[in-house]
Amino acid sequence: MPATRNIGDVLLDVDGISISFGGVKALSDVSFDVREHEILAIIGPNGAGKSSMLNCINGFYHPQEGTITFKGKPRHQMQTHEAALQGIARTFQNIALFKGMSTLDNIMTGRNLKMKKNLFWQMLYFGPALKEELEHRAVVEEIIDFLEIEAIRKTPVGKLPYGLQKRVELGRALAAEPDLLLLDEPMAGMNIEEKQDMCRFILDVNDEFGTTIVLIEHDMSVVMDISDRVVVLDYGKKLAYGTPDEVRANQDVIDAYLGVAHE
Amino acid sequence: MTGTSPKPGNLDTFPKLLAENARLRGDKPASREKDYGIWQTWTWAEVADEIRALACGLAALGVRRGDKVAICGDNRPHLYWSITAAQVLGAVPVPVYQDSVPEEMQYIYEHAEAKYAVVENQEQVDKLLEIKDRAPVLQHIIYKFPRGMRHYDQPFLSLLDDVQKRGRAFDAENPDFYDNAVGESGGSDIAIMLYTSGTTGRPKGVMLSFDNLIITGRNGAIRENLTEDEDMLAYLPMAWIGDNIFSVAQSYVTGFCVSCPESSDTVLEDLREIGPTYFFAPPRIYESLLTTVMIRIEDAARIKQFMFHYFMDVAGRVGMDILDGKPISLTDRALYWLGNILVYAPLKNVLGLSKVRTSYTAGEAIGPDIFTFYRSMGLNLKQMYASTEASVFITVHPDGEVRPDTSGTPAIDVEVRIEDDGEVMFRSPGVFQAYYKNDEETKATKTDDGWVHTGDAGYLDHDNHLHIIDRSKDVGKLNDGTLFAPKFIENKLKFFPHIKEAVAFGHERDYVAAFINIDLESVGNWAERRNLAYMGYTDLAGQETVYELILDCVAKVNRDLAADEKLGGSQIHRFLILHKELDADDGELTRTRKVRRKHVSEKYAELIQALYSDDDHCAIEAEVTFEDGRTDTITADLKICEAPLAAAVAKAAAE
Repeated sequence: MPATRNIGDVLLDVDGISISFGGVKALSDVSFDVREHEILAIIGPNGAGKSSMLNCINGFYHPQEGTITFKGKPRHQMQTHEAALQGIARTFQNIALFKGMSTLDNIMTGRNLKMKKNLFWQMLYFGPALKEELEHRAVVEEIIDFLEIEAIRKTPVGKLPYGLQKRVELGRALAAEPDLLLLDEPMAGMNIEEKQDMCRFILDVNDEFGTTIVLIEHDMSVVMDISDRVVVLDYGKKLAYGTPDEVRANQDVIDAYLGVAHE
Repeated sequence: MTGTSPKPGNLDTFPKLLAENARLRGDKPASREKDYGIWQTWTWAEVADEIRALACGLAALGVRRGDKVAICGDNRPHLYWSITAAQVLGAVPVPVYQDSVPEEMQYIYEHAEAKYAVVENQEQVDKLLEIKDRAPVLQHIIYKFPRGMRHYDQPFLSLLDDVQKRGRAFDAENPDFYDNAVGESGGSDIAIMLYTSGTTGRPKGVMLSFDNLIITGRNGAIRENLTEDEDMLAYLPMAWIGDNIFSVAQSYVTGFCVSCPESSDTVLEDLREIGPTYFFAPPRIYESLLTTVMIRIEDAARIKQFMFHYFMDVAGRVGMDILDGKPISLTDRALYWLGNILVYAPLKNVLGLSKVRTSYTAGEAIGPDIFTFYRSMGLNLKQMYASTEASVFITVHPDGEVRPDTSGTPAIDVEVRIEDDGEVMFRSPGVFQAYYKNDEETKATKTDDGWVHTGDAGYLDHDNHLHIIDRSKDVGKLNDGTLFAPKFIENKLKFFPHIKEAVAFGHERDYVAAFINIDLESVGNWAERRNLAYMGYTDLAGQETVYELILDCVAKVNRDLAADEKLGGSQIHRFLILHKELDADDGELTRTRKVRRKHVSEKYAELIQALYSDDDHCAIEAEVTFEDGRTDTITADLKICEAPLAAAVAKAAAE
């Protein structure tokens, strides 16, 4: 299937990124690019710098060296909400939803940046504000339909099982209609059937909305099945970069994952 | 009450009834479906237009008289319309259970020689693509929801909306085509072919005519005074005869509106929003609703618990009599009135049953406790005895004569008789035409003068109420000659909320033994209250305390059995709790969730052997099939438990 998708130009270019926290070098001189409509996976052992990489991309960390170019514009000292405005959305390794709010309301928060009426109008909830609310609600309902979470529309998120919470979080990220979607371990802690569902949704998002996706994942079979290209990190360094088949055959990767015999 | 209903005679097919409904009540709602969180409505006129477009589209695709069109998916208006659209062309719709695995589907597609399929979504299309090479007769697949199928470019796939679009163009070019096609069919033509789930062997294709469905549907509507203002929720499989009578035939005959749930997971919520007046559910739905209520009551505040239990006692005492119109004391009437305000009405409202005038249950026996619970709080719940071969109705409880231990009296125009060997036979306008391509079975089931063998053992009592004991062929004898009716025992076990499924053995054995499946929800909740930790079904089922809990239930069943004159000797001596739930995907249950006795006893032969030995445990390895068709094995060491026997006191108690 991926063969028939048209992968476009470079959407995000990461060039020579380094960042360290005190003496710990989280990332050193990492470069790769993400093209439009592709699914790129970042893999690596614990502490390899995967989440740091995502944090750099969405502006939460500011790399000490190197440049990140998004949609052709190099960025300097950008704030996270600016990244969001430019069309980057993400989910988190440890689910970050509003536990007391319903699924519907949680996904609605993803529309926040798209809302044009000010707080005053929204409080009046009348006329243009109501019309806008209805438009956003329609988008949210499409996402609910897409992710097949109709049954939990009004359930407080805190009451949901883990797998469903992950799906709601994906829903909230989608609500921002992002060009680039960052998924931090979307399948961690799921059973096989939940993982298959999640894979299906990721592929469908990529397919239906043409969203470019960067994901971090531990489950190798998942990564190899759904991604177009893979970046392998180890101790903050880029170990390998290429198609799943190339990465699978890479000796450094085999060593890092399976261990090297020390003589 | 059927004054507004279309008259029989020339309105003898669904397409003709559709035109009549569009003429009589064109702007009244006919179909509803919740989509994007909002109920969408189609009036009869709109439905007629949609079906016309669809029928013409199918004709343009090449569907001809006599072709079989498989229909598969959740309850969706478009799929219901496809049924009628196929009937317009004289093609025969064949609904298929939507959760069937590809192998089961392949059998049906091959056997029915289905050239066309109208399915819901990618899930179903994928299954068909998997079997298409092996079932070459399948020519064209039409799907409703395109999601995830952007890159499916096979020429034999069409989007349903496109088919309709094509149909509208075809209709414009051939304006007389539709009406001519409708006029070509009559009441005696085959309307639908339904595959029975088959507790034994391969599914059989039951062919039903328009007359079968329309006359039976109308008789049922007359008996329950159904009007065009009923509301009903279509949530049971479209491949099941009941859905075809309740949501299709009776809707067409009386003109009421049928609503489809948003998804199979939202049924309970949709039920509450629609507030049906006419409702059908198999016993397990009533059971699980009651279990949920009981669990939530245990979590409620003291005062609410007290109120609930106090007024349910009142209802238990007088509710049934009030519903049956029998006289009761003024105090009780006042208490019931108060209880209705405080407990029954709010509870029914929460369950979505406030407006129900008639609700049915069938398929399996319902526990007397569950049955009386619902009736006592004012829900007009009735049992019926139904079969695909009868177009549903054989016997139904008449109003005012509802008794939990019977299946009611014969429905309108239905004759029931009992054979010498105890088998129930019936004859009715709903009797099926034949099994498709299976004359042998047809002859074995249907006599030349139209009587049908049900295969169930039962008897008619002096009030003409039918009592069903068990499947005739399952009724056996223990080695000492005692009568053994497995279903009878299993049902008694299943009436306990902690027990979900049970399989009893005893034919040509020394004593009765049983497999038990615990109810994960109910026992899980029970365990949580006792701070018992467990990891999933297998672990919970193996726990000592759970065995004690189930032992209690089995002991009660034994006491119950001891009181029965004929069956007192068939008490359960030994039992075990299975390490996995019986599942249709593993072939242990039918798609309508009935136990396939033979398959279970073959699969678990070693367990049965252990039940009839002195061992107190048995190791087992079993294969489980996941939803996607992959398999895995789970191993467990099962405890076997001896159950205390009650003295056979039947005669002593009777004095």
